[in-house]
Amino acid sequence: MYSKEILARFKEPKFAGEIEDADGVGEVGNVKCGDIMRVYIKVKDNKISQIKFKTYGCVAAIASSDFLCQIVLGKTLDEAIKTNAKDVIAAMGSDVPLVKVHCSVLAQDALKKAIEDYKKKGKKN
Amino acid sequence: MKTVYLDNGATTIPDASVLSLVQKISSQEYGNASSIHHMGVQARAVLEDARKKIASSIDATPDELLFTSGGSESNNLAIKGFAFANKNKGNHIIITKIEHECVLNSCKWLQTQGFEITFLDVDKEGFVSAKSLEDAITPKTILVSIIHANNEIGTIQDIPALYSICKKHKVILHTDACQSYTKTAVSSNFADMITLNSHKIHGPKGVGALYVRKGIKLTALIHGGGHERNLRSGTENVAGIVGFAYASELAFEKKHVQKMQSLRDYFINEALKIDATQLNGATGKNRLCNNVNISFRGIEGESIIAMLDLDGICASTGSACASKSLDPSHVLMALEDDAERAHGSVRFSLSRYTTKEEIDFALEKLKSTVQRLRKISPISRE
Repeated sequence: MYSKEILARFKEPKFAGEIEDADGVGEVGNVKCGDIMRVYIKVKDNKISQIKFKTYGCVAAIASSDFLCQIVLGKTLDEAIKTNAKDVIAAMGSDVPLVKVHCSVLAQDALKKAIEDYKKKGKKN
Repeated sequence: MKTVYLDNGATTIPDASVLSLVQKISSQEYGNASSIHHMGVQARAVLEDARKKIASSIDATPDELLFTSGGSESNNLAIKGFAFANKNKGNHIIITKIEHECVLNSCKWLQTQGFEITFLDVDKEGFVSAKSLEDAITPKTILVSIIHANNEIGTIQDIPALYSICKKHKVILHTDACQSYTKTAVSSNFADMITLNSHKIHGPKGVGALYVRKGIKLTALIHGGGHERNLRSGTENVAGIVGFAYASELAFEKKHVQKMQSLRDYFINEALKIDATQLNGATGKNRLCNNVNISFRGIEGESIIAMLDLDGICASTGSACASKSLDPSHVLMALEDDAERAHGSVRFSLSRYTTKEEIDFALEKLKSTVQRLRKISPISRE
């Protein structure tokens, strides 16, 4: 049901892990739905200089988390926040099964929360 | 890449000798078993011989056995066919929360046709209690349908005990024995109607049977030329039925069950050594000899089986992500309201062809898969 590209990325994600001194962390989802995504970012000159994720979920959830990280790395926060599901699905290279589209949207929500978290922290400092 | 097929609860590889028999009968006995010429008579003879063999394997007489296209059709016919034919006696049907979808959805559809359905709870190992069944029976109850061995968690119900409750209250009992047939005792002494099928026992796909005790009235779901005592029209799949009978003969060899059971227990013991795991379903003799179902905390089943599949291992999961509905398995959720347990469940179902080497390979890959997925999971289990 999944393409080779998606499976390859699922098997060997490039951005899986965590950033201990992250500037922003965002998490969405819950165990009940079967998807939880947490995104860690480091910000330098208003750009995403480092990004990692941890995901509990299916193949599509893990692969789309990884593709999202790839897309937004190096982008400005404004650009990154505008990334949408279409960009992630396009990056995944081939058709994402229809029932899996919702998992592919979650990663951006986690990223948005991470950016919000970064901005909130900035205000406190 | 070598395939390690551990999804025999879904379907099995057809036995090579069964396949060659099916091929031989398809080309030699191609007559329509309803025709009166010699080709029809010959086809009828091999068909009736197969009926006799399968009927006797469950202590039934041949005229109590109908052939169908498989387990889903048999279950539909038993439930809807019985409900329609007996609605003058009552409109209440009792099933459990862990039935196969074809029973659940037949009953949900019957609700739209004026029938009332009770869905019995099960305990933490998946057992239905005789008391809860007895308490649910009302004067309007006409039918009870309880799966013999559950397809997901392998729990084998005490069907004789449940049947005695039904007999006491003069209610008909149907049981779906698709998973249990040839793996544990299945007998016409256990129920009034029993569903059997072929492709779970290394027989051809597209063939099933329904045992219907003499005197029970059903309404046909398929109308036509009046085949199968007017209950299931359509030219009989003679070759498939003959293959089914032969597959059941082969499957009944006792050593198969013993072999599967010892591999099953080895698999379960080794898999439970992995941290934060739990067995789903019953243990010992009350568990299907080929069923292993384990939940892994903090990770999701579709990811686990996809990762295993990359190494050639076929298994299945009760996770929502692997279902069309995006709901987790109703069977796992009936055991306990614990979504993480249901999402993280993986079923490995063995066959008589499964080897210890295959199990060891699967265990090795399972351990590394769980480790990898837990490493990237935000739900910490360390």
